[in-house]
Amino acid sequence: MEHQTLEKNINLMAVFIVLVISVAGIIQIVPLMTQKEVREPAEGIKPYTPLQLAGRDVYVSEGCYNCHSQMIRPFRSEVERYGPYSVAGESVYDRPHQWGSKRTGPDLARVGGRYSDDWHRVHLLNPRNLVPESNMPGYPWLAENTLDPELMKKKIKALQMLGDPYSDEVFDTIEKDFADKTEMDALIIYLQNMGTNRTGRKRND
Amino acid sequence: MLNDGMLSNGWHWLVVIGSIANILACWWLLRWSAKTKVKSNDDNTTGHIWDEDITELNNPLPRWWLGLFYGSILFALGYLVLYPGLGNYKGTLGWSQESQLVEDTTRVESKIAETQKFWNDYSTEDLLSNRSVLKTGKRIFANNCAMCHGSGGQGAIGYPNLTDKDWQWGHGFDQLVDIITNGRTARGMMAWKDSLGGEQGVKDVAAYVRKLGGLEHDEKEAEVGMTLYNKTCIGCHGPTGAGLQALGAPKLSDEYWLYGSDLDSLYETIANGRSGQMPAQKDLLNSYRIRAVVAYVMSLSKKNEEDNKQANVKESSN
Repeated sequence: MEHQTLEKNINLMAVFIVLVISVAGIIQIVPLMTQKEVREPAEGIKPYTPLQLAGRDVYVSEGCYNCHSQMIRPFRSEVERYGPYSVAGESVYDRPHQWGSKRTGPDLARVGGRYSDDWHRVHLLNPRNLVPESNMPGYPWLAENTLDPELMKKKIKALQMLGDPYSDEVFDTIEKDFADKTEMDALIIYLQNMGTNRTGRKRND
Repeated sequence: MLNDGMLSNGWHWLVVIGSIANILACWWLLRWSAKTKVKSNDDNTTGHIWDEDITELNNPLPRWWLGLFYGSILFALGYLVLYPGLGNYKGTLGWSQESQLVEDTTRVESKIAETQKFWNDYSTEDLLSNRSVLKTGKRIFANNCAMCHGSGGQGAIGYPNLTDKDWQWGHGFDQLVDIITNGRTARGMMAWKDSLGGEQGVKDVAAYVRKLGGLEHDEKEAEVGMTLYNKTCIGCHGPTGAGLQALGAPKLSDEYWLYGSDLDSLYETIANGRSGQMPAQKDLLNSYRIRAVVAYVMSLSKKNEEDNKQANVKESSN
């Protein structure tokens, strides 16, 4: 085949481009999908409770991942600063995972239990009240936004369809759990759970 | 069926053959394109014309660029022999991310053990006068403590200033070691609004608290507030507002106000309560690191004291 044939026929070229790219995918990505440590939850990892899940959704919708990673690399400096390095099995219930590659702020994979709930509340309202040098924006509206239990029921149904092990009893308590909670409460509950399976730290309350 | 740790044979060979075939294909592509003759015109253009007058020269690939390409192919082959990359093959160097981490940690920890473990035996004076202790303490403080207590130890609303003379949970080297190791939670300051008889009761007590602190106050409110204070608050904060360090109950008769001394802040504090928390650091820091950070913290208030002394001397000499 002449090079010109390929160059002048955009559909044919698209097919070849896809072929070339999928070679890398098939060799680098697909074999991992057969691995236990990638597909099964790491020790202590459980599906998110509805409140944690609501908090995670706030984390995603506010774009926290733009500045915070959730992946501690296996380097001494990182393990020293943050705690045990991240493994793939910690993210099996994350859809999508929040590993990130940009650290304007610190990594959050082991932040659970590191600060008090109160600290998070004050810090999320206006980080400079606690850390004058901080360039993180404040998120005061989170303290006013309430949570939608009906939407959460739909989300959990979707996760059940994808195979996450939620029992049907989880639906009974969503309304009660969400009743007096704001988006900020949920986000803090999510943050305080992060990495506690590895660090053994508990929320101080 | 999921595999544990290793790839199954089929996937292993797919990765091995796929990777090597790819590298060889790159080599072949370079050789092939160098040999293929492109018909060119007299002026050395390929005959392609875009946008009416843009033509393409038919020059050979630059040598330095070709050299880099061949070089990276050789590098890739060498890498795949030495390091893990081909399926389950571990590489001749036996390197892995994990072994690297273990090696680094052992090396650094043994170096640290050579020097820092002696800090456990140092006296307070030794630690406070040792520059490398203070330097390490400062770094640990920046990483673990500055988020609440501020990068210079200046504190924030609700988080104690460490450079002043006020110590909510007590002072002294051993006491600070204990506070940092085990943490503290102030549990006593509950929401008092109901037991003080509602809004006015809170306001009265706030006025009396300001009186104890020597601040401007409404005398009438403070009088009612005193009765309420003596019934409710006296147990922890004492009859004169001296506080109780064992419970973390702040002194009210000084100029330091953890949550603010204005009426609104005091109202919030008394009506809805406060629960200050110093998280335990024992899982994060080992004993000699805690000693280093305590030495650094003590050096902060010492430095502040000396600065004040100097300022006073200056003032009086003027």
